Amino acid sequence: MATKPHQPLSPHLQNWRWHATMASSILHRATGVANYIGAVLVSVWLVLLAAGPDAYGVWEDLNAGPLGILITLAFIGFTFSVSFHLLNGIRHLVWDAGIGFDAKGSNLRSILIIGGAVIITAGIWIVGGLV
Amino acid sequence: MGDFRTPLARVRGLGSAKSGTGHFIAQRVSAIALVVLMPLFLVMLAKHAGSGYEAAAAFVGSPLGAILTLLAMTAALYHMRLGLQVVVEDYIYKPGTKAALLILNTFVAAGLWIAVLYSVLALAR
Repeated sequence: MATKPHQPLSPHLQNWRWHATMASSILHRATGVANYIGAVLVSVWLVLLAAGPDAYGVWEDLNAGPLGILITLAFIGFTFSVSFHLLNGIRHLVWDAGIGFDAKGSNLRSILIIGGAVIITAGIWIVGGLV
Repeated sequence: MGDFRTPLARVRGLGSAKSGTGHFIAQRVSAIALVVLMPLFLVMLAKHAGSGYEAAAAFVGSPLGAILTLLAMTAALYHMRLGLQVVVEDYIYKPGTKAALLILNTFVAAGLWIAVLYSVLALAR
């Protein structure tokens, strides 16, 4: 027996044909990490708020300045990120109940969830009148 | 020299650390909480946080705002610590780097939680 265990290797990213279930799986991880960054920012925002009007002014000045457009774009990105992770997270919970593993349905649901997150994001920012 | 150990002896101690089920359940329970809490929290935040310091501070300091913020952020920070732990375990192979990132992940989540807790309570009226 070899000293180093022969662990099973899965083909790396570039060897796979791009498909919907794979995209939604990767997106779940990517949006999870993005939401982590978002939670860090919300926490910093709460600390600035608690520190008083002067400290909070730093955040308001940043928004009013040239970086304001980037912050808005980041917010739109976070809206998609949270929406997708939430919808796909519900799907994960349904999977835990043993439901929803058929190949055709899985593809369709991946597309619906990605589309749903885009629609929610557009709905909040366009219909909500924030942009 | 060949390996004279029995197959069972070879695998003992190499498998599960016997804490995976707890992690799995904690991840799901916090997810169920977040399905309800996060939309409520973010909608309220979007409604009140955009119009200046006074409105934002009043919202986070109000009973509903403070409790909702604490519930949502507590569940979120707990859930994301568990989630990023799995991401680090999956992609970082170097033992030292892996341990450092896992510890950092715990420190970031715990540190942010204390900061959020203090901030919300300081604003509460």
